[in-house]
Amino acid sequence: MAGASVLGIFAHVDTTVKAIRELRAQGFHDFTVYSPIPVEEIETVLEENRPVSPVRLFTLIGGLTGMLTGFGLTIWSALKWGLVTGGKPIVSIPPFVIIAFELTILLGGLSTLLAILVLGKLPAVRRSSTYDPRFTVDRFGIAVSCAAERAPAVSRSLSQAGAEEVRR
Amino acid sequence: MNQEAARQPTYADVNRDVIRTLEPPSPMYFGWMSVVGLILTAGILAWTYQIYMGMGAAGKRTPQMWAMYITSFVFWIGIGHAGTLISAILYLFRARWRTSIFRGAEAMTVFAVMTAGLFPLIHAGRMWFAYWLLPYPNQRYLWPNFRSPLVWDVFAISTYLTISVVFFFVGLLPDIAAIRDASTGWKKKIYGALALGWEGTDRQWRHYRRAYGLFASLATPLVLSVHSVVSWDFAMALVPGWHSTLFAPFFVNGAIFSGFAMVLVLIIPMRYFWNLYPYITDKHLDAMGKLILVTSLVLTYFYVCEAFTAWYSGDHFERASLFWKATKSYAWAFWLQYVCNSLAPLVLFSKRARTHTPTLYVVSILVLIGMWFERFNIIVPGLGHDFYPYTWGIYWPTVTDTTIVIGSFAWFFILFLGFIKVMPSVSIVEVKETLPHPVKEAHH
Repeated sequence: MAGASVLGIFAHVDTTVKAIRELRAQGFHDFTVYSPIPVEEIETVLEENRPVSPVRLFTLIGGLTGMLTGFGLTIWSALKWGLVTGGKPIVSIPPFVIIAFELTILLGGLSTLLAILVLGKLPAVRRSSTYDPRFTVDRFGIAVSCAAERAPAVSRSLSQAGAEEVRR
Repeated sequence: MNQEAARQPTYADVNRDVIRTLEPPSPMYFGWMSVVGLILTAGILAWTYQIYMGMGAAGKRTPQMWAMYITSFVFWIGIGHAGTLISAILYLFRARWRTSIFRGAEAMTVFAVMTAGLFPLIHAGRMWFAYWLLPYPNQRYLWPNFRSPLVWDVFAISTYLTISVVFFFVGLLPDIAAIRDASTGWKKKIYGALALGWEGTDRQWRHYRRAYGLFASLATPLVLSVHSVVSWDFAMALVPGWHSTLFAPFFVNGAIFSGFAMVLVLIIPMRYFWNLYPYITDKHLDAMGKLILVTSLVLTYFYVCEAFTAWYSGDHFERASLFWKATKSYAWAFWLQYVCNSLAPLVLFSKRARTHTPTLYVVSILVLIGMWFERFNIIVPGLGHDFYPYTWGIYWPTVTDTTIVIGSFAWFFILFLGFIKVMPSVSIVEVKETLPHPVKEAHH
């Protein structure tokens, strides 16, 4: 079965949302929406039936790793050379909290960055074939992948929803 | 309302106006760059001289071992705080007015922390051994003393720098993609590589938005912790005037106060030279003015508490230290701090002053001077007059350390001037988000 992709370019948010709804109603689920900015309305339509983005899981795991590293490093190294200073215990928890806190933030932040890269499939060397430079200015796009014989139907519904331009 | 709508820029206008700031610079820009470059060169030469001659060249002698370098270190770390406050805390509070100024403020944070980070190295003398501060396995089984505030500093500052850079870069990502799409030739290649292939797909935005909120939530406690940790460099010591639980909030507030002043010092000329009036409006300056006023009032309250605690403690050395600061060798610096930080910002009670750029500019400069001297007053007179006369001592700046400190300002400005010509100093995406979405059928 030959695959095809159809790209509809929109100038308005409401027409884009309308097109997404219609595509869904016709049973298309494999499409990519391009937008110059994150738009609440588009996101609301797309987020239906989608689980929450797993970015927070990355942050949580990174943060916990950082915290454990912080406590682990300080406690282990203090025990390694048990030098009493200022009459304080060898394992002095309050100052070690500071190190653990900083490492929580550090690894939590770095793993959040990793999440953007991994989940957003970045870095990507080439632009996808349906990308148009106007998508970083003021145009919205819907790229639908479908079977070749359904492409005309997709084109029609994109133009009916109000696409300025439809490309195959 | 109609008039307002007529003046509102479109999405394409935003791209055009912001990318316009990246056009080849004018001769005046190169003129400024050369001046700043010369000052930086002088600073580098002075540092070289100090490395060659030893720390005596910087006027360091007991008890005055911290002097201008640690003053400037605390000053620069403080400057960075306003950037994170604007980009992270105001983001979490959904303060929409931040959108046009946060990028410049974030750049300021990164460069200020980069400047601050130089001072411990300069101050260490043999800075090629700076890596001794880091925990790494070595054949002598030596580890850093994690109970030392100086080691906390290493962790706090390096985390702060890393997270600020990451947050800054993530914020820039969609904007770099916009520049990539607007440019040609080798520029397209460079911006293309930096944009990491960003396309603005629903998938990318979805994770991006989540991640951005998480970054803001991580940066918020971080920024409050960093200056607290810096303040503990002082508060953990027994020196009169330093050993106080007041120090953490006192430092954090002072940091934000001086940082806002620096933001104004940077964005007022940017707005003027690039005609960014539709984006950075009087409303923004007014809001910044109010924040400076509030932080100034809080700072004044801390000053009163500081003096009151010294007196009320009944501690002889605390009282003597305060008395010495206020009346002896460094009294001029002590009173200058109050004039600049507590009195000068009071003019901002008037709305006319908050929207009058020259007034705001002058107040901001005074605040920066006042805040530098505040740290000077904590460090130099503090160390100069502690428990017994044998350890008292006066510090006067030398040509070498003064040149290095002035050179640090040049380093900061050269980074900032370079940045504003290669990266969008106003966020394209976030400014667009504040505009009404383009819709076909108006239904409101």
